[in-house]
Amino acid sequence: MPQTDLIIHDEKDNVAVVVIDKTSKNQECIGWIMENDKTIKIKSISEIPLGHKIALKDFKSGDVILKYGHDIGKVVAPIKKGDHVHVHNVKTKKW
Amino acid sequence: MSISKTFMGYKRENGRVGIRNHVIILPVDDISNACAEAIGNNIKGTVAIPHSYGRLQFGKDLELFFRTIIGTGKNPNVAAVIVVGIEPKWTKKVVDEIAKTGKPVEGFSIEGLGDIGTTMKASKKAQEFVQWASEKQRTECPLSDLWISVKCGESDTTSGLASNPTVGNLMDKLEPHGVHLCFGETSEITGAEMVCAARGKDEKAKKKFLDTWNNYNNFILENKTNDLSESQPTAGNIKGGLTTIEEKAFGNLQKIGKKVKYVDVLEPAEEPKNGKGLYFMDTSSAAAECVTLQAAAGFTVHLFPTGQGNVVGNPIEPVIKLTANPKTASTMSEHIDLDVSKILKREMNLNQAGDALIDITVKTANGRITCAEALGHKEFVITKLYRSA
Repeated sequence: MPQTDLIIHDEKDNVAVVVIDKTSKNQECIGWIMENDKTIKIKSISEIPLGHKIALKDFKSGDVILKYGHDIGKVVAPIKKGDHVHVHNVKTKKW
Repeated sequence: MSISKTFMGYKRENGRVGIRNHVIILPVDDISNACAEAIGNNIKGTVAIPHSYGRLQFGKDLELFFRTIIGTGKNPNVAAVIVVGIEPKWTKKVVDEIAKTGKPVEGFSIEGLGDIGTTMKASKKAQEFVQWASEKQRTECPLSDLWISVKCGESDTTSGLASNPTVGNLMDKLEPHGVHLCFGETSEITGAEMVCAARGKDEKAKKKFLDTWNNYNNFILENKTNDLSESQPTAGNIKGGLTTIEEKAFGNLQKIGKKVKYVDVLEPAEEPKNGKGLYFMDTSSAAAECVTLQAAAGFTVHLFPTGQGNVVGNPIEPVIKLTANPKTASTMSEHIDLDVSKILKREMNLNQAGDALIDITVKTANGRITCAEALGHKEFVITKLYRSA
C-alpha cells in the first residue's frame, strides 16, 4: 500500500486527519481522499498528533471547516495551510 | 467472506432468542441493593444488578424507571429473575410484567421480614432457578433472531474514519437478513440532525426524529452554563483530535452505514414493535446509560466502537468493543475485541473490517466471552428524567 500520512473523508473537505503517530515541521505529507481514492500532497508546518487535523488551505476568522463534506464549525483565529486545526482556532456553531 | 446464516442461542418461552443465560437478582429500589447482592453472593451463577433509584419517582420519570427495570427482566439474555423490593406493591408490579414473557420470576419484599429472612427465602428460589436455567441448551437460530444495538464512546477522529464505518458496514450487510438494529445518542447527533432526519424511512419517522432531537436540544439550551465545551466533545474526544460537536456527530452517524433507513423512533427503553430493521432511540450519549436503555428495550448484543478507549460493559447485554486507534489497540488491548486500525494504513478495507465484525458478533452470540465480560464490567445505569418527590 502507498504511504498514507493523512486521510480526507470527502473531496470537499478543507481539513485532513493525521493517521501516523505525528507529523513533524516541514514534513511533506501524503493524503488519501477516501471518497474518490485520489492522493494529495501537503507540507505540515507544525507537529500534529495522530487523529488531529491539518489545514489544507489558509483560513481567516469566520471561515467554515468542512469535514465529511459538511460544516463542522467556524474558524475563530487565522490558520495557515499545513497548520494544526483544533479547539484553539475552531469552535462549534451549536450550543 | 460468506455471512453465517445462523447462531446458537437460547430460545425463550415468548419466542425471542437470548445469547446469554443469566439468572438475575433485580432490586426494585436502591435500599434493596444490599439484600439483592447478598442473594447474588449466596447463589453462584446468578448476577445481582444494583442501581441507585426506584423510590419516590413519579410521572414520566417513574414510567421510564419501570420500563427500564421490567425491560431488563424481560430481555431474552435473562433466563429467570428474582425481584427484591422494599414494598410488595411495586415488587409485584415488576414481577407481573416480567412474567408475561413466560419466564420464571418470583418477587420478595423486605418489609416485615428483614434482609436476612428475605435473603434466605430468595436464595432458595434463586438456587432453584439457576439449576433449572443450567439445563437449557443452545439451539441453532436464524440470524434474524439477533437484536443488535450500537453506541460509540471516548470517540476520536479514528472513530469517524474507521471503527464507526465498520459498524455501518455490518448494518448495511445484516439489515437485509432481518435483524433488529438500534442506535441512539440524541445529543451527539447535534450538527448532523438534518442528515440523520433524512435517513428516516418515511415522513412520519423523519418528523418523529426531528421532534425528539429538538426536544433534547431545547433542554440543553435551557440548562447549559457554557458551550458544553467540557462535556461535548469530552476531554478524551478533544485529546483524540475531535474539535466540535458537529464533527463528533458526523463521525457518530457513520455507525448506521450508507443504506439502512430507520423505521421508527423509540422512547428511552421502549421495545420496538414495528418488526425488523433499524430503530433510533432517544438516549443520552453517556455509555452506560445508553446501553442500559437499549438492553431494557430487548437488544441482546451491543457493538461499541471506541477511539481513546471506553471500557463500558453491561450486566445482561454483552458489549463488543472495536477500535481503529492503533495506540488504544496496543495500550488497552484487554478491552478491545476487534482491532481495525489497519484501515488507517490502508492494509484493511471497510468491507473486510465489516466481515470481521460480523464474525466476532456471531461468535459472541454463540457464547464467546467479550473483553468487558471477562473484566467484570456490569455498568447498569438508570436514566433519570428529573428530581424525585
